[in-house]
Amino acid sequence: MAYQFDFAPVLAQGDLLFKGALFTLQLTLIGTVLGVAIGVVGAVTRAWRLRPFDALFGLYVELIRNTPFIVQLFFIFFGLPALGVRLTEWQAAVLAMVINLGAYSTEIIRAGIQAVPKGQLEAAAALAMSRFEAFRYVVLQPALAKVWPALSSQIVIVMLGSAVCSQIATEELSFAANFIQSRNFRAFETYLLTTLLYLLMAIVVRQLLAWIGQRLLMGRR
Amino acid sequence: MDFTLWDIVRNLLTGLQWTLLLSLVAFVCGSAAGLLLLVARISEQPLLRGAARGYIELFQGTPLLMQLFMVFFGLALFGLDVSAWMAAAIALTLFSSAFLAEIWRGCVESIPRGQWEASGSLALTRFEQLRHVILPQALRIAVAPTVGFSVQVVKGTAVTSIIGFTELTKTGGMLANATFEPFLIYGLVAVGYFILCYPLSLSARYLERRLHAPA
Repeated sequence: MAYQFDFAPVLAQGDLLFKGALFTLQLTLIGTVLGVAIGVVGAVTRAWRLRPFDALFGLYVELIRNTPFIVQLFFIFFGLPALGVRLTEWQAAVLAMVINLGAYSTEIIRAGIQAVPKGQLEAAAALAMSRFEAFRYVVLQPALAKVWPALSSQIVIVMLGSAVCSQIATEELSFAANFIQSRNFRAFETYLLTTLLYLLMAIVVRQLLAWIGQRLLMGRR
Repeated sequence: MDFTLWDIVRNLLTGLQWTLLLSLVAFVCGSAAGLLLLVARISEQPLLRGAARGYIELFQGTPLLMQLFMVFFGLALFGLDVSAWMAAAIALTLFSSAFLAEIWRGCVESIPRGQWEASGSLALTRFEQLRHVILPQALRIAVAPTVGFSVQVVKGTAVTSIIGFTELTKTGGMLANATFEPFLIYGLVAVGYFILCYPLSLSARYLERRLHAPA
């Protein structure tokens, strides 16, 4: 192979990559908090069959899980303005991530809630716990603890999936990579470094989520 | 030029065919590569096992879009002229093989160790053990999650629109630009994927339920 690798022009733009990575992490953070919140609400309505919302959440889950993220993103960014809803690039990216993660986490958390035995709620009532306390400590916390590994991998999948947001010009990591390679024509080197950066981020986020799960859900300090 | 609704649907159906073809190629080739990867992943050679682990970690820990770019621009370095179709098929095959190998490893490891020991005591080689004793049992468990993963493959093909492969999403994008009706068109594109994916999701769920039902 006669090709001479040259990483210097990419590294010279390292600050752009760093900024992009930071923005990807921010998008992921907002997407995770709001997406899991939707997931908790959806999981409760689905697990306890609260009509008619359980059917609506069922439809939402199936629609989102059976269509690609990039199509959801394009629909939100290019399609919604027809209805008078105009979003900036980052708003559309966050909305798409929230809606996507919301659907997956509804299904994941529902499995956890359904695994909580009915007797535990009765026991909570016998201990004079309020309905809210019973929900928080007897239903939600054990349910989340049970499905935390699955939820964590889904969050990482959503973070990696956010790479396609560069296509609507959200200035995240893969957008930075596209920008850099269009300037220095070192496409392979640029994407190689970017890929490794994503890999590093996936590993760090996975570790971080495991640590958060241990502290908040398993009660280890 | 004006587009009737039928023109739009007709063009999208052509795109859908390419999505379907790419999904099939990626799934079939990914399964073959995934099987080799599985054998490496559970091999007794630490070096082989480590390499397979690294490969799986790499493809599960990076965006599919970056994998596509790496294949697209990486093969060009060798002086190969790769079409968008080739790059898409290769990248999706590599992507699928990593996920399938990891799914199947879980299935193989759920087979009790006694089965390995029993077949070993019958003087079967490790390959024979895998071929005649372990895999037939693991296969039963593997069907449902494998069908479930095929949904991810179909959805993954949408990303290949970015490197210019004219499948369903790319066709939709071009139509949206030509007709100025993105709401309708991306809605129809989503319907197209739903038609491909929903039956797969349903069968995965059905297979899983049947597996857990008492025999």
